[in-house]
Amino acid sequence: MLEIRNLHASVGDRQILRGVDLVVPTGEVHAIMGPNGSGKSTLSYVLSGRDGYDITEGEILFDGKEIIDMPAEERAAAGIFLAFQYPLEIPGVATMTFLKAALNAQRKARGEAELTTPDFMRRVKVAAEKLNVTQEMLRRPLNVGFSGGEKKRNEILQMALLEPKLAILDETDSGLDIDALRVVSDGVNALRSPNRSMLVITHYQRLLDHIVPDVVHVMSAGRIVRSGGPELALELEANGYAGYVEAAA
Amino acid sequence: MPAVQETIDQVSLIDVDQYKYGFVTDIESDRAPKGLSEDIVRFISAKKNEPEWMLEWRLEAYRRWLTMTEPKWARVHYPKIDFDDLYYYSAPKSTKGPKSLDEVDPELLATYEKLGIPLREREILAGVEGASDRRVAVDAVFDSVSVVTTFKEELKKAGVIFCAISEAIREYPEIVKKYLGSVVPTTDNYYATLNSAVFSDGSFVYIPEGVRCPMELSTYFRINERNTGQFERTLIIAEKGAYVSYLEGCTAPMRDENQLHAAVVELVALDDAEIKYSTVQNWYPGDKDGKGGIYNFVTKRGDCRGDRSKISWTQVETGSAITWKYPSCILRGDDSQGEFYSIAVSNGYQQVDSGTKMIHLGKRTKSRIISKGIAAGRSDNTYRGLVSAHRKASGARNFTNCDSLLIGDKCGAHTVPYIESKNASAVFEHEATTSKIADDQLFYCLQRGLSSEEAVALIVNGFVKDVIQQLPMEFAVEAQKLISISLEGSVG
Ligand SMILES: Nc1ncnc2c1ncn2[C@@H]1O[C@H](COP(=O)(O)OP(=O)(O)OP(=O)(O)O)[C@@H](O)[C@H]1O
Ligand SMILES: [Mg+2]
Repeated sequence: MLEIRNLHASVGDRQILRGVDLVVPTGEVHAIMGPNGSGKSTLSYVLSGRDGYDITEGEILFDGKEIIDMPAEERAAAGIFLAFQYPLEIPGVATMTFLKAALNAQRKARGEAELTTPDFMRRVKVAAEKLNVTQEMLRRPLNVGFSGGEKKRNEILQMALLEPKLAILDETDSGLDIDALRVVSDGVNALRSPNRSMLVITHYQRLLDHIVPDVVHVMSAGRIVRSGGPELALELEANGYAGYVEAAA
Repeated sequence: MPAVQETIDQVSLIDVDQYKYGFVTDIESDRAPKGLSEDIVRFISAKKNEPEWMLEWRLEAYRRWLTMTEPKWARVHYPKIDFDDLYYYSAPKSTKGPKSLDEVDPELLATYEKLGIPLREREILAGVEGASDRRVAVDAVFDSVSVVTTFKEELKKAGVIFCAISEAIREYPEIVKKYLGSVVPTTDNYYATLNSAVFSDGSFVYIPEGVRCPMELSTYFRINERNTGQFERTLIIAEKGAYVSYLEGCTAPMRDENQLHAAVVELVALDDAEIKYSTVQNWYPGDKDGKGGIYNFVTKRGDCRGDRSKISWTQVETGSAITWKYPSCILRGDDSQGEFYSIAVSNGYQQVDSGTKMIHLGKRTKSRIISKGIAAGRSDNTYRGLVSAHRKASGARNFTNCDSLLIGDKCGAHTVPYIESKNASAVFEHEATTSKIADDQLFYCLQRGLSSEEAVALIVNGFVKDVIQQLPMEFAVEAQKLISISLEGSVG
């Protein structure tokens, strides 16, 4: 599904990614952990096609195809979804309106028929109920005045509707209370499928108790410095990143 | 929600460099020679079979105009206009009013089609009842002369007069004499005075006491003759307890030379009357280098003459090279209310200086101003507003909210509020914000699959929602489309 080789990316003259190698096979869930500032969010932006990064070396293959030159909206339509660490607000645009615009834009890009309003409403209703997203929230402007936890649930709702092939979750657990963490994790687990890969960025083992990854990677100073099974997360929780930061430097 | 989707569809359909309505209809015109003189004023008056008093009124305005100079205080810049190099009158060849659509020039009907006049109106023009119960009467002003007037009968039954102002001058001279120039005096300002001298035609609406006008009234203006100044004159009177909602919308063909438009609109609301006046303005803004485009210098003013009367202006301004426009309310009656809802979009090299004046004269008068300015490209967008309370206006209240949205970093947004209060009990509130469409907001939309055009349309539609909601339903969608079209190519 996703193969990243020797990826180097910089902003201006500041190099952030310094040779990332990462392979996420179809159907697997991989976690990325790593200290603040190690480049995790940057990697998620580069994967989803945000402007402003110079990719100086390396390749990103998605479904076997190089995507570095593909615009962000095409990557989205091709099935790459990013749940943002800090979801954005759009005043005046009802969440429902945004969801419909996004879903239909992707469908159109893939040459599929747009959903009719009743069809769309039905899908939203089903997905929203599972994530405790109320109708009232759906009518409110996108993320405006939403609590931190509501924003994160809203991200997962979008993921559920858009049914991506590759979902990148950037610290989706931060800002969630214990109950919300369960709701969101259940939502994510429900979307696990043999056809879908996930890249879960987190600082905490507790998320990985709920969403059990196939592989855990440690990122430090713009590189993946170690990979292992779920037990690696426990080890990190106990010992911190000290050893890795030195190793990378 | 469907409106937004339609906007998005629309945006994805359009061709970048092509102004959608850039075409010229070749209906032969019968027009006055270039330039302005007493003779031209007489020519126009004679063309209209006007009574002597009207000619005198025009001549007085003309003489006054000769003593005046162009105002310079607005934040707009343009080469000097040579007023002797313009035509002041032009009319389609057949000036006799047709009895039915069959008699209408097919060219004109085709023009409506190209203009994208909403299906509902086209159906009405074709005599088909719309799906909705709401009806729209169209008084089509085609290059200065009213050509088609529909639904006259139904309006007549309600006692409503809706006709060309030239007709009203002949048929209802007493009403016209009483109100014409009573809100915008012939001496008011350079452009209004010019308009008083040479106005070609426009609409006249009279709603008798206690009558709620049974349909939305709308007029399409279109500038169609090379180098023709357009001088529309509109007068709307709502008698005691009457109600009317009026919409004007316009587009113009592509031109090289700048075209001058100096309209005057006067509204009079008597006791307990309400007038809602909505404008969707989409004149040619000039090409991508800023060449050509309409100069739009308009004087619009409403007089809440009666107690508890209400006048509400809603405008969506997307076109013109230069917009100089301040729809205002004189809140004369006690407890009267004025509202101004505005969306002004500027892109390319457009210059907009627009706003409102709320003049509180009566007791407990209220006004509300919601202005949304959107600047993109290299445009300049200024909100200029005056709120004043007279000595006697105790308990006057105003709420003003001016928001500006910038797209890109070569455009400018400016807010120039003037506040004058001579009454200590008046309460005026003013809020203003300026924001930019942030890169991360755009990226968020792109990541969800929207193109940058769609993303801008969506964000902008959210920004202007409060004002769009004020428009009559059938025009809200149109307005959203116009906004998206005018922001074409502003990012990416
Ligand atoms: N646009 C930018 N310009 C300059 N520096 C940047 C930019 N974006 C990221 N950086 C820097 O790159 C480094 C990596 O940032 P990034 O946000 O990817 O870290 P992260 O691993 O997601 O951290 P956290 O765990 O705190 O979310 C940081 O030092 C950050 O300051
Ligand atoms: Mg991060």
